[in-house]
Amino acid sequence: MPELPVAWKPQAENVVFGKEVSRIDGVDKATGFAKYSADINTPGTLHGKLLQSPYAHARIKAIDVEAARKVPGVKAVYVFPDRAPRTNEETGEPIYFEIEHEGQPIAAVAAETSGQADDGLRAIKVVYEPLEFFVDEFHLPRAVELGRARPIRAAQQGDLEGAFKAAAHTITGMYGIQTISHMCLEPHGSHCEFTDGDHLTAHLSTQNVSGTPGQFASPLGLDAAKVHVSCDYMGGGFGSKFAADEWDIACAAMARDAQRPVKLMLDRATELNIPGSRPSAFAEITVAADADGKLVAWDSHHWGTSGPQGGTVAPTVMPYVFEPKNRRTRATGIVTNRGPDRAWRAPNHPQACALTQTAIDDLAAAIGVDPYDLFLKNLDLTWSATSRNPADKDIYAAELEIAAKLMDWKAKWHPRGEAGDGPVKTGLGLALHTWGGAAGRGTCTVAIHPDGTVETFSGTQDLGTGTRTALAVILAESFGLPYEKIKVHIGSSKYPMSGPSGGSTTIGGVSGPHRRAALKALGRIYDLVAAKHSVDAGTLTAANEQILSAGKPVCTWAEACSLLGPMKVEFQGEGPANDGLTSAQVGGVQMAEVAVDVETGVTKVVRYVAVQDIGTIVCREQAKSQVLGAMIMTIAYALSEERIMDNATGRFVNADLQHYKLPRIGDIGELIVEFYEPESQYKKGVIGLGEPPVISGGAAISNAVANAVGQRIPVLPLTPKRILDSLRS
Amino acid sequence: MVQGKDPGSGGVIFTRRNFLKGSGAAMAATAAVTQTAAQQPAAAATRVVSGAKEITLNVNGADHKVAVEPRTTLLEVLRDKLNLTGCKDLKDVYVDGADTVLVDGKATYAGVMLALQAEGKKIRTVESLRGDGQPDPVVTGFVKHDAMQCGFCTPGFVMAMRALLDKQPNPTLDEIREGLGGNICRCGTYDGITKCALELAKGGA
Repeated sequence: MPELPVAWKPQAENVVFGKEVSRIDGVDKATGFAKYSADINTPGTLHGKLLQSPYAHARIKAIDVEAARKVPGVKAVYVFPDRAPRTNEETGEPIYFEIEHEGQPIAAVAAETSGQADDGLRAIKVVYEPLEFFVDEFHLPRAVELGRARPIRAAQQGDLEGAFKAAAHTITGMYGIQTISHMCLEPHGSHCEFTDGDHLTAHLSTQNVSGTPGQFASPLGLDAAKVHVSCDYMGGGFGSKFAADEWDIACAAMARDAQRPVKLMLDRATELNIPGSRPSAFAEITVAADADGKLVAWDSHHWGTSGPQGGTVAPTVMPYVFEPKNRRTRATGIVTNRGPDRAWRAPNHPQACALTQTAIDDLAAAIGVDPYDLFLKNLDLTWSATSRNPADKDIYAAELEIAAKLMDWKAKWHPRGEAGDGPVKTGLGLALHTWGGAAGRGTCTVAIHPDGTVETFSGTQDLGTGTRTALAVILAESFGLPYEKIKVHIGSSKYPMSGPSGGSTTIGGVSGPHRRAALKALGRIYDLVAAKHSVDAGTLTAANEQILSAGKPVCTWAEACSLLGPMKVEFQGEGPANDGLTSAQVGGVQMAEVAVDVETGVTKVVRYVAVQDIGTIVCREQAKSQVLGAMIMTIAYALSEERIMDNATGRFVNADLQHYKLPRIGDIGELIVEFYEPESQYKKGVIGLGEPPVISGGAAISNAVANAVGQRIPVLPLTPKRILDSLRS
Repeated sequence: MVQGKDPGSGGVIFTRRNFLKGSGAAMAATAAVTQTAAQQPAAAATRVVSGAKEITLNVNGADHKVAVEPRTTLLEVLRDKLNLTGCKDLKDVYVDGADTVLVDGKATYAGVMLALQAEGKKIRTVESLRGDGQPDPVVTGFVKHDAMQCGFCTPGFVMAMRALLDKQPNPTLDEIREGLGGNICRCGTYDGITKCALELAKGGA
């Protein structure tokens, strides 16, 4: 027969695809049988620990590790590259390593016990020359004065001056959002072990299984083929775990030196500090509308810091989603001695949304209209994340309507500040977002055994999104099998290459190749069944562990597979491809209802609605979990979570879980998730979902608080102190 | 926090009282240890221990002989010596609950309990809830409500919920929030966990 057409099954025929299923690894995770990199304990594993700079900015004048080598239990000592003073061969001048932020690693030890590793670190002597440092993320004039500000990047379009002059309503305001850390529960790190002399097995907590062997190999002087990266389970990444980091190289180097396995996971303060943060952003914004409430002009200058690199939020995403025709954006990055940034779930978007859609909400309040109506009126000004072309405003309009119904917006909304006389004020806010989510690269090998067993091998990883389960569901739906019977093998660099899990590219990146491989396999099996049972291959389908012809059973799945011969047969899948299985571009609307106690400043999220379009849904329950998780992460950065840098010492003063405030189970309120899924969405193809729902909630919650208390609290997170300070000023 | 030197080099004197005084852990965590300490005979508070020592710990119904230093925590023994890695080490000041185990039936942060303190007590870890083919209802409830993402906090939450339901089989929403308030999740699985607890509370588990 000709090859089966590449497509998902018609929506109505699906048995498990797009339905609610339980994770295939759920019991393993819930009972501690799932092994994370941090859990690997091969015999003789040593404890690796880091010596780090207490200074935010300093030169290393001397390092002496000799005493550490003699500490009982210490088996290896490692000095990070270039940390030890060197001499310039031409000039004879000394070269001193410059520490750029607190916590930067200098040396490492590996010892028999954790306590002995601490003893080893205490024996290392480092002489520092402290230097001037700067960790003030907000104070732009001071940064300019100290030469810490990068040149302004500006872009302008239209007749800004004319538009502002002609506008009926104009507001100017200051907005901001503080730096947060990725703060993965499983810290960054690895367990490294050499076998057969020079073969490295690295159990790395990573979002990038296929991409990291080379990152180990090069600095260690190894052949990449001799490095095996493994990551069965990983405890959170959020964009911060794409690399074999320098401490992982240290771990491997010590394992080689000691000829023993070494495990080195960052401690909590370090996990909060150095392996990733989301840059802060602050902005002065002027935005104007005409008499009808149509946005006509935008002028913004935003700044912030990504740490020593001096980056800030990309000016290309400002203003966020709504784009008046006349506009100017300016951006200034600040160089600070703060732990460096890494991609954080939907890079740039949450900050840009929190700056932009708060300002637009303030404009609605100044005009005296419901922001719902103002947002609706301006949907023709929205842009798409993928193309920068105008967004599908009908989708946003439909999502606004659904969200409003779930929130009971029209009945509950009141003009800003008119929340009654009691001390607890309630308010509503909304915002919307856009994201791409195109499929990443991926390959897989689907093996079918003569007894009907189905296995797949793919060098992807499951960050907790449910990738393992999604692969089982796709193959089960294709072959008409129970999804629990599919054997899924991921998390090893020995498996066929699959791309890093970032940018919401994973679900598209793995689902396309798996469906393609499954269809190839099915085509072969149908041909064999057709020949054996004298039926037309074109009439065959697979369901209920059977092969059917025009709906009537022909043989069992296992009998069909036995026709493949005595050995398993492998089918390869590749992607991405433009065959309609995957696509890109999603959006969503979020609405929050909050209650603010104006006497204590405490804000509670009462109800929080997320409406999201996501294309073809693979695993409904896990997709919903992604949105719920994003909403809770949003509550964290909107209300409590932030890095607090001490200007006097240059240190991150709340770098522990007692003081780095994340919501607990009682802090989340009622969460409502609704997918926008008319038939057109199913036909769109699979699109990533991890990032979009974490974008617009910060603005929505801030807008709800402003609606409740009668004024904008300019900087997220909206802590009790910020709220009380604003109300009293 | 945990003082002590290598046993071979003479070692400083370690007492539990000093450990408690020096502990920087959160109030909740400290309270758990204080209560545990209070339940011990008064003489134990004055016991002075130094150097490595072999002790017997009763874990999931079986006795295990393990060599520990005075500074060794219960968490380190469970994870590193017994390979019971369901209780997770967040390498923090242990206010996160990922290391929750049951000690004589009480939810306890294994990271703030010294191995020496756990001697003579019945320790239960999350691995014991897997059962032979039929996991504990708390486990199946977590799976049913997809109350997990990365899963690193999940075993701690499972144990905290098991302890809560053992104490109060029909908790209210407020009691659930209080009972599980000592655990942190980063991925944002609180909604599923709450729904799981509410369902188990109705049915009793």
